[in-house]
Amino acid sequence: MSKSSPSRPIRVVLAKIGLDGHDRGIQVVARALRDAGMEVIYTGLWQTPEEVVRAVEDEDADVLGISLLSGAHMTLVPVLVEQLRQRSLGHVKLVLGGIIPEGDIAAIEVMGVAKVFTPGASLREIAAYVTQAVAR
Amino acid sequence: MATEIETTGYDAWREAFNQSRERDTSFTTASGRAIEPLYLPSDPSPEYERSLGYPGQHPFTRGPYANMYRGRLWTMRQFAGYGLPEETNRRFKFLLAKGQTGLSTALDLPTLMGLDSDDARAVGEVGRLGTAVDVVDDFERIFAGINLGEVSVSMTVNAPAAIILAYYLVAAERQDVPWDRLRGTLQNDILKEYHAQNEYVYPPAPSVRLVIDTIEFCTRHVPRFHAVSISGYHIREAGSTAAEELGFALADGFHYVEETLARGLSVDEFAPRLSFFFNAHNDFFEEIAKYRAARRIWARHMRDRYGAKDARSCTMRFHAQTSGVSLQAQQPQINVVRVAYQALAAVLGGCQSLHTNSRDETLSLPTEEAVTIALRTQQVLAFETGVVNSSDPLGGSYQLEALTDQLEEEAEEILGEVERQGGMIRAIENGYFRRRIAESAFQYQREVDARRKIIVGVNDFVDDQPLAIPTLEFDSAMEQAQKDNLARVKASRDGDAVQRTLAEVRRVAAGRENLMPALLEAARHHASVGETVDALADVFGRYHPASQRR
Repeated sequence: MSKSSPSRPIRVVLAKIGLDGHDRGIQVVARALRDAGMEVIYTGLWQTPEEVVRAVEDEDADVLGISLLSGAHMTLVPVLVEQLRQRSLGHVKLVLGGIIPEGDIAAIEVMGVAKVFTPGASLREIAAYVTQAVAR
Repeated sequence: MATEIETTGYDAWREAFNQSRERDTSFTTASGRAIEPLYLPSDPSPEYERSLGYPGQHPFTRGPYANMYRGRLWTMRQFAGYGLPEETNRRFKFLLAKGQTGLSTALDLPTLMGLDSDDARAVGEVGRLGTAVDVVDDFERIFAGINLGEVSVSMTVNAPAAIILAYYLVAAERQDVPWDRLRGTLQNDILKEYHAQNEYVYPPAPSVRLVIDTIEFCTRHVPRFHAVSISGYHIREAGSTAAEELGFALADGFHYVEETLARGLSVDEFAPRLSFFFNAHNDFFEEIAKYRAARRIWARHMRDRYGAKDARSCTMRFHAQTSGVSLQAQQPQINVVRVAYQALAAVLGGCQSLHTNSRDETLSLPTEEAVTIALRTQQVLAFETGVVNSSDPLGGSYQLEALTDQLEEEAEEILGEVERQGGMIRAIENGYFRRRIAESAFQYQREVDARRKIIVGVNDFVDDQPLAIPTLEFDSAMEQAQKDNLARVKASRDGDAVQRTLAEVRRVAAGRENLMPALLEAARHHASVGETVDALADVFGRYHPASQRR
């Protein structure tokens, strides 16, 4: 199990799963996390859950951040959580951003998502959350 | 009929205006005061004549037509579509009944990305962000009971645009509507996909070839139709500044012009049917200045650089959409106000067609109630505010003219930079557009986070109790229904004929002939979007953006 230490920057894999190509949000988050000293691997658009989880494994990531605007979160999250678990990556913090209705947040947190950032969340907030979530 | 560009000046404008037809209404204020069709200095300077001029005259800063909205209002054209084709047909008829004057078709993500509804990658995405279209029959279902010869239809599609155009033309055939009666627009602006929206399939060069094929084909066979809607909208939504939106869209437009000229068409043959699509964003004066600068730059380049002789080649006409990214999930009722101000800017900027966003679009596709409010926003603007009674009513404002000049200068700098990089394709390969957009998006977010830019309800004037508004419910059974439809079509069509037509598509794609005839044949034989895109990809290859690590 990996832990971040003063000498090891927090490692974050960011991805977009599915066909949606709107990447303004995730690119801005990637930049903010890099500016905060983290190592960020943005695997890009049109990823499958398998590809993303493999990247998390290959990159020894502490955090996986997914941007979702297509409304597919309820079907996608269980798939991701299960695949992370199967590869002994249950310690990786799964963070979501995008269009996720307030009413669904509690349910997907129960499914295994550590945090959901909805529109209006600040970059400072996101970077701060990731920092303290990994340190714990 | 071509119009000589040389005719300029007040008298020429007055003559053109007097000969034009006005709408049957009074152009008076609410208190009965008559409004002039145009306000201008009593003694226009040479600089005025050169930079502003008159509506309907080079350089068209003040508008593309001598009489603007006194002659014809902009087309009220709400972007719509979701679920099965029948659902979209219903929403189209609903909107037409509410007073919409043109149609605009939203397709789902699988269709936009060239995938059929039964593709493994389409699971969970069929009919969600637009309507599912797999075969030409789906297009007929979208327009069932709507006469394509009588209503202008816009189609928002890019990578598979030529295929969707083929479906539209075949649907018209089946309605017995001759192609020369068809009016509408195909977005078909693949360049901005590489800059911003990411809905590409093939690499840039063959994708541009496809765009030029459609321009050439429509010039010859669908003369009243706009084969491209050169877009700044998406570039802006991705985070660019107003100047970047303008400069990048113009760079794209001029690239299509150059490629079409290289194809052998003369500029006046095709340029009159090029159209544009701009964002209507928050800053009121900057947006109006942007539209005016756009018209001026287009006119100057088309006449002076590309040698256009027909005034219509130099007349930029554009559709506008209020900015989606400026709407907020918090206090969504307030989005109605944002949209109203943005729509006002688009109209004061002289747009020819307008989509106003619905208040709930940060949450889902619009409900009937929300889209009605959005449409009524345009109707109040058109019929109650009086801003339509004269052309370019804000022309002459010190601020507006200063901003127009600045935006023109900044956009020209961008055009120059693209050239310095070696042209459009090289600039794309260099990451020039993406880098600038990402930088602007980041700077904007920093301003918001630091509360130097206030967003009402988000970083100030926050409400504790979130106001719930009804949102559109999705029928998840539609995905299976669409797959069943497709399976039925595949079972009953002539499979050999489909293969034959797709082989022809591949043959033509590998050569230099225009692809439209082959795409039309494939469409008529019920080749699907996915099958046709695959056939093209077999020849063109697929384009994968590199992932980023740092």
